[in-house]
Amino acid sequence: MIRVVFFAQLREQLGTAKLDVSIERVKTLSELKQHLSLQNPSWESALANTKLLVAINHAYVKGNHALADGDEVAFFPPVTGG
Amino acid sequence: MAFSIAVQIDDFDVGQEYSDLVANDVSAGAVVFFVGRVRDFNDGKNIASLSLEHYPGMTEKILQQILDEARRRWQLVSARIVHRIGDLQLGDQIVFVGTASAHREHAFQAAEFLMDFLKTSAPFWKKEKSRDGSFGWVESKDKDDKAAKRWE
Repeated sequence: MIRVVFFAQLREQLGTAKLDVSIERVKTLSELKQHLSLQNPSWESALANTKLLVAINHAYVKGNHALADGDEVAFFPPVTGG
Repeated sequence: MAFSIAVQIDDFDVGQEYSDLVANDVSAGAVVFFVGRVRDFNDGKNIASLSLEHYPGMTEKILQQILDEARRRWQLVSARIVHRIGDLQLGDQIVFVGTASAHREHAFQAAEFLMDFLKTSAPFWKKEKSRDGSFGWVESKDKDDKAAKRWE
């Protein structure tokens, strides 16, 4: 299972903070985004935002990336703390 | 406590943080600290209050990584990052960054480095409530990205 989490305005746009996706369905980050957009067509534009940051298991990743069972994948907008 | 981070709802006491930075160490001849506060005006809007969201687990990990990197780059006796989450009012303290070193250049540069990277990599998000009652997420700023890039 892959745990997917969303934060800030992205969480509000999608109306979801977290969900689980079977590892059988998605082996990479690209496949995960495709899967999420197919399951929820209204999410497509929000998930296509090129400014979104992506983290796997609390570490930033860029580009495509392999996923493993038990991974936590986070999508969120540019950060604004401090 | 020589090098530590905290993510907390509670306010922090700058005097106490300063005491902790220099506690039991007479080599720390230079201490620098920065405090970020909730400002009344942002991007043309009159701000009434802020709420701060974060990514539990990743936030702490990133702050620790930033602190570790600062230790590698500069000669520090101690350093501390405190960042608040939750609902904050005008004038409330948001963030504390403190550094102590034998040399002021090290303390100043490390403190700037910590703030620049905190602003661009620690997963916090601010949501503003304006005086007219509307809500909006704060946009990230190009100048913060530029500030972080100068350390690369």
